[in-house]
Amino acid sequence: MAQAETNRRSRPKFVAYLVPLGAVVLALAIGAIMLSLLGANPVEGFRAMLDGAFGSGDALIETALKATPLLFVGVGITIAFRANVINIGGEGQMVAGALLATALALALPDLPAVVMLPTVLLAGIVGGAAWGAVPGALKAYYNVNEILSTIMLNVVAVQLMNFLLRGPMIDPGELERGTRIPQTARLQEGADLPLLFGNGRLHIGPLIAVLAAVAAYILLWRTPLGFRVRAVGLSPDAARYAGIPVKRTIVLAMTMSGAMSGLAGAVLVFGSESHRMVTDGSTVGFTGSAGFNGIVAALFGGLHPIWTIPASFMFGGLLVGGIALQRAVQVPSALIMALNGLVVVFVVASDRWKKRLQEQPARVDDTATDGPVLEAVVDDGGGGP
Amino acid sequence: MLEMRGITKRFPGVLANHRVDFTVNAGEVHTLLGENGAGKSTLMKILYGLYQADEGEIFLSGERVEIHSPTDAIAHNIGMIHQHFMLVETLTVAENVALGLPSNRGLRTDLDAVSERIEELAGRYGLAIDPGAVVWQLAVGQRQRVEIIKALYRDAQLLILDEPTAVLTPQEVDQLFVTLRQMTDDGRGLIFISHKLHEVLALSDRITVLRQGTITGQVPVEGATRESLALMMVGRQVKLAPDKPPVEIGEVALEIRGLSVMGDRGDKAVRGLNLEVHAGEILGIAGVSGNGQREMAQAIAGLRQATAGSIRIGGVETTNHTPADVRKNGLAYVTEGRLRDGAIADFSVSENILLIDHTDKRYLKRGLLDFKAIKEHSLRLVDEYAVKTPTIDTPAKNLSGGNIQKMILAREMSGTPTVLVASQPTRGVDIGAAEYIHKRLVQQRAENTAIMMISEDLDEVFALSDRIAVIYEGQIIGIVDRQTATREQIGLMMAGVRPE
Repeated sequence: MAQAETNRRSRPKFVAYLVPLGAVVLALAIGAIMLSLLGANPVEGFRAMLDGAFGSGDALIETALKATPLLFVGVGITIAFRANVINIGGEGQMVAGALLATALALALPDLPAVVMLPTVLLAGIVGGAAWGAVPGALKAYYNVNEILSTIMLNVVAVQLMNFLLRGPMIDPGELERGTRIPQTARLQEGADLPLLFGNGRLHIGPLIAVLAAVAAYILLWRTPLGFRVRAVGLSPDAARYAGIPVKRTIVLAMTMSGAMSGLAGAVLVFGSESHRMVTDGSTVGFTGSAGFNGIVAALFGGLHPIWTIPASFMFGGLLVGGIALQRAVQVPSALIMALNGLVVVFVVASDRWKKRLQEQPARVDDTATDGPVLEAVVDDGGGGP
Repeated sequence: MLEMRGITKRFPGVLANHRVDFTVNAGEVHTLLGENGAGKSTLMKILYGLYQADEGEIFLSGERVEIHSPTDAIAHNIGMIHQHFMLVETLTVAENVALGLPSNRGLRTDLDAVSERIEELAGRYGLAIDPGAVVWQLAVGQRQRVEIIKALYRDAQLLILDEPTAVLTPQEVDQLFVTLRQMTDDGRGLIFISHKLHEVLALSDRITVLRQGTITGQVPVEGATRESLALMMVGRQVKLAPDKPPVEIGEVALEIRGLSVMGDRGDKAVRGLNLEVHAGEILGIAGVSGNGQREMAQAIAGLRQATAGSIRIGGVETTNHTPADVRKNGLAYVTEGRLRDGAIADFSVSENILLIDHTDKRYLKRGLLDFKAIKEHSLRLVDEYAVKTPTIDTPAKNLSGGNIQKMILAREMSGTPTVLVASQPTRGVDIGAAEYIHKRLVQQRAENTAIMMISEDLDEVFALSDRIAVIYEGQIIGIVDRQTATREQIGLMMAGVRPE
């Protein structure tokens, strides 16, 4: 009954935004039970967690740095999701972006710093964009499920990374010493991300990420391209009928989504303390699962680029605080992973509730209809007068 | 035999039925008339046990009954023929009829006995049907007969017919009415639900009109006219046919030559179709649904591949061009699926209006959408086309069907198109909105747009067209001038009989 839904008392919009917050609280509550079962004091644990994430300047910086790749990926996710494409390939796109950016930094060591940084960041964008465009095109033109293709491209990307970092891109010093650690040489200093406060650890990465989120917001709600992306996402049939090139728009959305992840990868390399790209053989070793956690941050932020900013920061805090919690109450690190997993499951599952809350539109003024539209839905296709 | 007394049904925020009294006598056809949302379906769903009334009582043959489910309803000999058939396509007629009934032979089916009884019923009511035929092979009219037989087999004394004529040709309608009359002669009571006023007048004994959940009139068929019924339905005088000032017919604006198009199932939906529509005329396309109308319209709009033939709009070849390109050449298209492809439910009115020209320079400022210009444009169209909406930022899904249709029409006509293809422009729309849409179509005709109006509603085709073309199995089987056309002639063509 459309009308039954429509006329239920409307709630303020922000209630819907509280749902993921509630989901986090519930996940933490279950985490508290797990902590108690392990003989640890959950209050003490969570206090350490909060303190470790937001308790000091250093903690906040750590959290911001941790949140940065989440925010890039999350923003990319919002773009893809608006086109109704589910991009699970953030991990692979991060790796692809990082690889191309690193390769360029290695290949052009003599570029002046002013040119270097923009060039390599752009390379990151291009690498990730390419890695996103492929599944986008496969979906648009060959109807290949994007969830499968993006996950598979994650696997391809990690193998490519292992090959390149063990072979063509490996630090010559490693070969000389015979240690053969799969990592590149220290990249040119011109490619280091500038630090925000002269010294310390906070580089401009978080700032770029926030700018990217704002840019994505403008793109989606202020430009014709974003309008097309949203139209295609909500109704490909109506979009096609209105003359919008649906397939091309899907590919573009995935390309932009991948570009964001690629930028995350590049920022991860050039903002790292070692200033080189290293692999431990797995994607997680490089990305820290940001390609997946970014999806959660985006869902947490209601698939809205601006809301994804605080959501990423909070989720980054959860990751940083988890380590503090583990140290404080001496629980196995697996518990922290379980805790993060719980948060992911709860937030993703709560999305359904949130949608239900959002789908109750504000009460429509009586003038909106020529009479009750109760049967307009039931009587779909009824004859005219 | 039936008496519903003081039925009230509330849905949150809506009074769907308000103290409705409704009776049916044995041997009569009592019609329930009203617009979408007037509460007809709710009342019938209460009778059939799909809803429970909040207040009121139901009496059958003077006895008070509680109907909690369709099973109860069937046990009380109430049958319902739904608008959308409830048949299992892969089973035979006999199997469909027997479905859900206990067999005389325990766990084994007893289809021979069922078939015999079907043939007996079919013979008595003129419902020619083969009990062994598999349902998917049957035509729409035949499937409806199966539904009726299903109800008769269960010995329904009171039959609810929910828009049974929507899918039939005029001849099939006549045949159905004969059958229905035979059923009332046997003392059964029928409840007939329809929008089509001339059918209501042809079949009914009594007519009850509902508006916004309340009865606004209960009259015998004698003395009722289409105008008087429309007045009760809408609450004001309605012009059922718009005034059509003469317009000079211009050049050919839409020219279709030998067009062939595939349907969704890879079948040939349109086969070598030829048609011309001139500037300043409304060409009505009549035909039973599923004869290639949708595929033809989609091919014209560039939404479906033409496998052969050519389409020219304003003299320019547009066959298999992109939808955007076809639009650029002056085509506007009002689809039959309002919220499927005509508009985006979750987009606001303003965004829906912007849909076809969001790249237009008028609505852009330094590459960004110019919301001030967009707002002005939307407000102007909403105002000009009398779209009732609280604001232009309201999501389209919160509007009534008629207002969504007006919004789509406003958008499509805003560029003064060379050719307008309007598919089922008023289906499921309330009378007031339909009246308005008809008026706008006639206005557009005066502005020299060539209009192709595809409709399954013959009243609409007759009210608006200058010429009427009948589509049958993907071809135009005949074109007649509105002035000389008769319903019988069109009906025969709809059934595939070629004119002399």
